[in-house]
Amino acid sequence: MIKKWAILSLLLCSYFSFAQEYVPKNDGVKTNTSNYTAFTNAKIYVTPNQIIDNGTLLIKDGKVVSSGSAVSIPKNAVIIDVSGKTIYPSFIDIYTDFGIKKPSTPSGNSRSPQYDASREGYYWNDHIRPDQNAVDHFEFDSKKAEELRKAGFGVVTSHIDDGIIQGTGMLVTLAPEGSDATRLLDEKVGQFSGTSKSKTSRQAYPTSLMGTMALLRQVNHDAEWYAKGNIKEKDRALEAYLANKNVVQFFDAGKKVNALRFDKIGDQFGIQYVFVGGGDEYELINDIKATNATFILPLDFPDAYDMEDPLLAQSVSLEDLRAWNQSPSNPKVFADNNIPFALTTHQLKGAKELMPNLLKAIEYGLDKTKALEALTIVPASIIGKSSELGHLKSGAHANFLITSGDIFDKETTIYQNWITGVKDEIKPMHTKDIRGHYTFNLDNTNYNLEISGDEDKLKSKVKTEDKEYGSKLSYKDDWMQLTFATADSTKQEFIRVVSNIKDSNNLNGKAIYPNGTEVTFFATKQIKEEKEDVKKKDKKEDETPKIYPVTYPNMAYGMTTLPQQETLLFKNVTVWTNEKEGILENTDVLIKNGKIAKIGTNLTDGNAKVIDGKGKHLTSGIIDEHSHIATESVNEAGHNSTAEVTIEDVLDAEDVDIYRNLAGGVTSIQILHGSANPIGGRSAIIKLKWGEKAENLVYNNSPKFIKFALGENVKQSNWGDNARTRFPQTRMGVEQVFTDYFQRAKEYDALKKSGKPYRKDLELEVIAEILNKERFVSCHSYVQSEINMLMKVAEKYNFNINTFTHILEGYKVADKMVQHGVGGSTFSDWWAYKYEVNDAIPFNAPIMHNAGVLVAINSDDAEMSRRLNQEAAKSVKYGDISEEDAWKFVTLNPAKLLHIDDRVGSIKVGKDADVVLWSDHPLSIYAKAEKTIIEGKVYFDLERDAQLREAIKKEKNELTMLMLQAKNKGLKTKPIEKKEKELLHCDSIDHQF
Amino acid sequence: MKKLYILLLALCFANFSYAQQTPADKQSQAISIEGATAHLGNGEVIENALIMFENGKLTFVGSANAKIARKGTVIDAKGKHVYPGFIAPNSTLGLVEVDAVRASDDDDEVGTMNPHVRSIIAYNTESKVVESMRPNGVLMAQITPRGGRISGTSSIVQLDAWNWEDAVIKQDDGIHLNWPRTYSRGRWWLGEPNVLKENKDYAKEVEELNHFFAQSKAYLASNKSPKNLPFEALQGLTEGSKKLFIHVDNEKGITDAINFANTQNIKNIVIVGGYEANNVSDLLKQHNIPVLLQRVHSRPNGDDHDYDLPYKLATQLVNSGVLVGLENAGDMERMNTRNLPFLAGTTVAYGLSKEQALSLITLNTAKILGIDNTVGSLEVGKDATLFISEGDALDMRTNKLSKAYIQGRDISLETHQTELYKRYSAKYKQ
Repeated sequence: MIKKWAILSLLLCSYFSFAQEYVPKNDGVKTNTSNYTAFTNAKIYVTPNQIIDNGTLLIKDGKVVSSGSAVSIPKNAVIIDVSGKTIYPSFIDIYTDFGIKKPSTPSGNSRSPQYDASREGYYWNDHIRPDQNAVDHFEFDSKKAEELRKAGFGVVTSHIDDGIIQGTGMLVTLAPEGSDATRLLDEKVGQFSGTSKSKTSRQAYPTSLMGTMALLRQVNHDAEWYAKGNIKEKDRALEAYLANKNVVQFFDAGKKVNALRFDKIGDQFGIQYVFVGGGDEYELINDIKATNATFILPLDFPDAYDMEDPLLAQSVSLEDLRAWNQSPSNPKVFADNNIPFALTTHQLKGAKELMPNLLKAIEYGLDKTKALEALTIVPASIIGKSSELGHLKSGAHANFLITSGDIFDKETTIYQNWITGVKDEIKPMHTKDIRGHYTFNLDNTNYNLEISGDEDKLKSKVKTEDKEYGSKLSYKDDWMQLTFATADSTKQEFIRVVSNIKDSNNLNGKAIYPNGTEVTFFATKQIKEEKEDVKKKDKKEDETPKIYPVTYPNMAYGMTTLPQQETLLFKNVTVWTNEKEGILENTDVLIKNGKIAKIGTNLTDGNAKVIDGKGKHLTSGIIDEHSHIATESVNEAGHNSTAEVTIEDVLDAEDVDIYRNLAGGVTSIQILHGSANPIGGRSAIIKLKWGEKAENLVYNNSPKFIKFALGENVKQSNWGDNARTRFPQTRMGVEQVFTDYFQRAKEYDALKKSGKPYRKDLELEVIAEILNKERFVSCHSYVQSEINMLMKVAEKYNFNINTFTHILEGYKVADKMVQHGVGGSTFSDWWAYKYEVNDAIPFNAPIMHNAGVLVAINSDDAEMSRRLNQEAAKSVKYGDISEEDAWKFVTLNPAKLLHIDDRVGSIKVGKDADVVLWSDHPLSIYAKAEKTIIEGKVYFDLERDAQLREAIKKEKNELTMLMLQAKNKGLKTKPIEKKEKELLHCDSIDHQF
Repeated sequence: MKKLYILLLALCFANFSYAQQTPADKQSQAISIEGATAHLGNGEVIENALIMFENGKLTFVGSANAKIARKGTVIDAKGKHVYPGFIAPNSTLGLVEVDAVRASDDDDEVGTMNPHVRSIIAYNTESKVVESMRPNGVLMAQITPRGGRISGTSSIVQLDAWNWEDAVIKQDDGIHLNWPRTYSRGRWWLGEPNVLKENKDYAKEVEELNHFFAQSKAYLASNKSPKNLPFEALQGLTEGSKKLFIHVDNEKGITDAINFANTQNIKNIVIVGGYEANNVSDLLKQHNIPVLLQRVHSRPNGDDHDYDLPYKLATQLVNSGVLVGLENAGDMERMNTRNLPFLAGTTVAYGLSKEQALSLITLNTAKILGIDNTVGSLEVGKDATLFISEGDALDMRTNKLSKAYIQGRDISLETHQTELYKRYSAKYKQ
């Protein structure tokens, strides 16, 4: 023991003298040494792929001097024999906030929203903080460091996990001795970004993911503009952002779709992010690969749910059950697809959870070499430290682990974690393993002794043939003490044994009887056969668990394979053409190559699948002009104009409401921004191609749209008493907001067209598109005064409003709408939910229609959108509209309003085959959509739906059983959770913001 | 200028003064409706029917082929359809006028145990929303308070009256209890995951209810001094003169609620909501407990659920022999109540017959509310609360009322909305 201490202090001294030779010394004499330390007879992982079976690792001054099988050991080397042990490079975690205090929220009682930045001399948005440097906030956290060292880590990068752009990170060792002066390896290793706002500021913008994306783009444009010297004022944030350009850019995506989203932004500005994943990347692995990004993967695999209460258990969704089953395979899927990845403790409750989870990933097929790479050379290479970290080649930091064996074996012990040549003893290494079965004889009695348990917490059992005696054993520094009761248990007397272990097969020492008599003690280890059994059992558990297949999307009603284009021939069906032919009975429709190929009678096609349409109706698919399904954000509510944001950025292709809308005969929708501000964001016009990824849903050459809004929502009438500061608070102000932005956009556009340099403003770019008639406006509106106002403002700027959506008092100004040339997309019968809808009437659509306005009926509601056929039928009831015209309210007319009527909206040869087969008259309440087809692909089919229901039930049952088995095996479970998707409306705000 | 002034005055008048149609006078002479298809509400249909009523009561319901003298005004209704007035249970009609205007909101009182709070006195007969029910055939409603554990006491009204007293069909018919939730939502605003987790306080909340009811029973058996208003209000639950409407959706909650009612000797309970009622249909049948089923036009509660689950719940329950009515609570429930017939219509597409579906909003509801002796079906002796529709009243295309009667009174089918319709239609015809 004394020897060990000597080595350690020697090492420390040498280390310190190396690091701080100019520091004055007043407590003794300088003790510089230039000794080496050699670790001999070890299995050494020089790199994950370069393994030396019996080698030497030679270190000096905190660095590896050499490693290999033929290392010559200098004379001034302290030799440590580590035969039988394995040496690995210490792990590296490049995504932590080690030593950084959690940022605190500003105090203060004000509940009214803050629109301006709190900081002066920085960017206009507080959540952009590239000027932050982790190193300025760092304080070595000994407790955390110990935890990380125990888990095998040697160095970490640390950053301030706060804000959208979070500034730079630092690289620091976890060495138990020394100071920041020796631990700090690099004070700038990358710039970090994420999707969450800074907790240190209450500045409202952005309130949504799409706002965050727009802001990030604008920052990049502004930085370029600043770099060119075009901004007179000092902006320390932009300056820092520019200065940080050349370091690695990390982005905390947190889920697969965000990696895809922010990769696109990166591409736009020549940034290749390193993404921190969310664990669900395996679901879209091809797209993930296409980002060309390196990933940092957390290992927080979900625990099984506690499924014992069936009433509660039924609430867990198939999606969540599958996530439990599939996500441990995420790292393997990365490896299989050759996507580089590092591993991190991020999202784990503690560093000690790393290994159990990693072992699980290995059980699910992750290659051990890949696992080791992901903890060593990959993270080192990401931060550009390949020469000095992640391996044990000459010149590298002497960061290494000494283990009892394969680091990825449950039974393996990490004895020591050396960091820059400083030893951290995690478990005593030279202790002999005394676990096993022994026999001994004392006082003519034969005893059995069984020693088991963790090496540092041994348990003992002392037995004779017919009796077990209470016993206690302790073992430290090769000294074992055993105390056990005598045969007469009433006496409470004990025999004590003490033994200094020389070799682990025999326990030699002395025993002391209750009366003080000392005798020699000698126990011999027995070799038992039963190990075989254990091995067999282990083997069974080693088999790769059953992994359920991924579907698209990976949830209930997902598709195992995406629907294929079919040639379909509908026979003898009633066809609602929406064209001058009107409603054709007993007609055939041929669908081919995704288009409507023929309409007629007695059609044939050799390759077509024939569908008997007798008694049924075939219509073009329903089009919802106003929807908020299939999106992660609805509103960017942080500013009164947010033209810079777009729903296309945040599409959610995995919203089950897509499927449910298909079941209601809907094929196309416009996903509108909400109504939180007069100038909202841009729309996404999509087809409900369930199973496809987000970008494939959007129309090719999609017409460009933006949402405007008027009335109570934009003046924040119903936002509570705190929302009284944002302009506008009255309808009068609303007009001025529009005038102001149009005027500025006009001036902006003029400057842009003049060829002079200009600051790229994403918001004004979009508004200028409106003025240039390249983008259409769909405006949320209720009362006649404001409807009239907006038409006048538009006319002043020489463009037309395309659509008034909701437009509940459209009937009062229908004549003016016709004059202006604007369409109306309205609710069938909603009213009385706000003061401004007091005069809303169900006769609105009929009156507007009769006055010559192009009218559509919309939903704004994920429930109603699946019954838009019924909503259209209400116009027959309330305004005696002909059935043919009423049907157009939800098909052809919205297609016209959205400028997609050249492709969809009617059954006409050459148009997209977006059609619905109805069981009954489509306007009837008794009608059901039996098949919903988009571009010749059947996306909803009543029969397939029935099969899917059965399949869902079966898979849920099987996964439930597996979870129950997991619990029985003693694995951790978590309480039941039920995720409920919120019904999004015009006024919905993102929850995470 | 003067002209403009008059026009403005007229506008004001039209907008605000015609807050409600004038309630109809008492039936003064007999009315006979001849030739229509009569949907009785009890599952029966009479083609070419003759329906006669006098002094507010039905005097004849049968075939027009019957050799019987037609009394009073004879209405030729050939090709048309006659239905009993639809009943909207668990409704807040007349308690709130405009959702977003707090001053117009009277449906939710402060407090947890409010059985003594009575909806009827806040019911606004002048509500523009109430009158808009009638053109769609919704002629009666159970006015129900919201909020708290025990929201209060409901009353049943007809929708054409000068004041709440005149509107009453059955006053203080039942107490409304919101059963504790087995799930509670994570406080996402504090950073907890926005998911539903098991409500750890569930057992405690159920115990609080048991305690409250046991205390009230003890009180009611005593000399009742000092007076305790909430306990007083529970009088009648044990005897069965008042019903207990338990608002609960899930299987466990429904089962516990039934056990609770048994423990507390509550004679008549009704399950309101009942999303998972189908899972306990045997228990419901065994205890003879009816269900006022949640809004048919809603989304499934879980991603995995059948897309049409809310549409077919009624069919499942009816087929397993449970007495079912339809209710419409939820978002924008008041103005949406006029779509009650279409909720029933939708159940037809998902399994019921049209007459079964009709019962869900007429006779079944009347039975569940305990008013089937006077309303709910077209049967001799019952109130003449009915209407004539151009066609099938469960389908929006053909739900077009030409006449409606409440207790024989020929009520107006005009509304604030039809006034505006007429005014602006006329504007564009000029």
